[in-house]
Amino acid sequence: MEPAPLLFWRGGEAMAERPFNDYSYEQFLKEGKIMGSLCKKCGAKALPPRPICVSCYGTQMEWIEFKGEGKLAAFTDIVVAPPFMAKEGFGKNNPYVVGVVELKEGVKIVARLIGIDAKKPDEIKVGSPWRAEFIKSGQGPEEKVYLAFRPA
Amino acid sequence: MAKKKKLFRGVAVVGGGLSKLGLFKERNCKDFFAEAYLEMLQSVDKGIDPRDIEAIYIGNFSNDFFVKQAHWGPIIADLVGHVPKPVTRTEGACASSALAFREGVFAIASGFYDIVLVGGIEQMSKRTTEEVTEGLGTAGSPYEVATGFTFPGVFGTIATAYFAKYGAKREDLFNVTIKSHNNAPLNPKAQFPMTVRDFMNARIERCRQKGEPLPTWKDEKDFLRDVSVNPPIAWPMHLFDCCPISDGASCLLLVAEEIAKNFTDNPIYVAGLGQGSGYSLHATKDLTSFEATRQAAKEAYEMSGLTPADVQFAEVHDCFSIAEIIHMEDLGFFKPGEGYKAVAEGLTRLDGPKPINTSGGLKAKGHPVGATGAAQLYEVWLQLRGQAGPRQIPNPNLRVGGAHNLGGTGGTCTFVILERR
Repeated sequence: MEPAPLLFWRGGEAMAERPFNDYSYEQFLKEGKIMGSLCKKCGAKALPPRPICVSCYGTQMEWIEFKGEGKLAAFTDIVVAPPFMAKEGFGKNNPYVVGVVELKEGVKIVARLIGIDAKKPDEIKVGSPWRAEFIKSGQGPEEKVYLAFRPA
Repeated sequence: MAKKKKLFRGVAVVGGGLSKLGLFKERNCKDFFAEAYLEMLQSVDKGIDPRDIEAIYIGNFSNDFFVKQAHWGPIIADLVGHVPKPVTRTEGACASSALAFREGVFAIASGFYDIVLVGGIEQMSKRTTEEVTEGLGTAGSPYEVATGFTFPGVFGTIATAYFAKYGAKREDLFNVTIKSHNNAPLNPKAQFPMTVRDFMNARIERCRQKGEPLPTWKDEKDFLRDVSVNPPIAWPMHLFDCCPISDGASCLLLVAEEIAKNFTDNPIYVAGLGQGSGYSLHATKDLTSFEATRQAAKEAYEMSGLTPADVQFAEVHDCFSIAEIIHMEDLGFFKPGEGYKAVAEGLTRLDGPKPINTSGGLKAKGHPVGATGAAQLYEVWLQLRGQAGPRQIPNPNLRVGGAHNLGGTGGTCTFVILERR
């Protein structure tokens, strides 16, 4: 077994020192980048990044940027919304669409789907091409950037 | 090298109980367990002295959230006079009590105990639908939850992948709902002991009483197509694709094989059991299959030496209509992409060659999440003993049945094969 690398988070410093975790993934989204991990041992890609490769158990990772182009693998159109989405105004009269997009680099990611009529789910086609977009919500410390896709 | 799994000694189910399922806001969760426990005591043919029960394993997903009370192990031990003997709570979301069963089996197989009670409890009625949706959502994958997926949303997503891959359509799922509801009126414990046609007739009657124009549905499918009675929840899942919110409790009495005949001349034995874990949607290789189920099935089949064809009937975790189809394929009952056709052909009806969810399934029987795994095993146990009453499978040579339980959005799955010898 290779020793696990020492990982430190020192805000704003070199990319290589960011830990391969969900927090770093979210920070990169704020910078307009979709960043995942690439296993140095076997080349397996993971998005969001993983500290341990689930293909070969390697622990040496490097960052890999994904272009954000892919095809729709599956989706749903949600009418009964959880409380945090209801707070954003979604629900019975304003459904929203989320799905799984398979990126050209060969990994899948879950994301919101925008730029389509959420009242017509039967018109959304699995297999169609989609492109990533970064959506800001909230202000100040509450600010979050989430990943969305719109038809390419 | 993974070696073939086996139990160091055999385990038998010699008693069982299930409370009436439904919404009982005014009652306490303990009441449900008392109901199931008292039935269990009655069900042991040659009797059981409760003092002989050495340990209890109790599955509960999240009464912590649903009724703001955690640590249900000692509450249940106190209820049935088990204190100060040990009680352990297991949690695996909707598979919580299948895990309790598994722990009970292992405890006996190891030689540590001879007589163990396993079961599950959940009370969901004290919360609003939105709160329950949020509570259940906590068992989803963090990535899905943060993106806005709900439980119905995850299964809706899986359905669109299945449709695209195999050419099935939303209407093919109607067959699952109609089949399950056909079994439910035969089950006195069911939350909805009604066929889909009963729902139609009830609605027509209501319109007649109110003096409103009478609906003109041609048949059950026409009724399910009508969004005024079957509204969308998360495309393509509509109300009648989704199991209800339920309260209930279940339990089973397990004993070592060599003493089973002291309790009944008709014990039901554990032939095989398996458990698996699964990835989130984005990390799973195939969106139309659950790796946790395939792992659980592989273990159970290897251990028992049985094949999918040997399992004559099963309860599978139909939390959503699409789930029943995928589970039947993952368990090997039908080839991938063939499950929906099997339902359409009637192969999974009570009188078909492979009856599935004779209890009415989660959809019609109800789904008190922590109680469901043991409730499914209770149904298989009843069927194998020939005690399922009007819903008894019409096969005089019933010998082997299975119970498949799924937790969360597929993160935990179990499969247990029971047999009559």
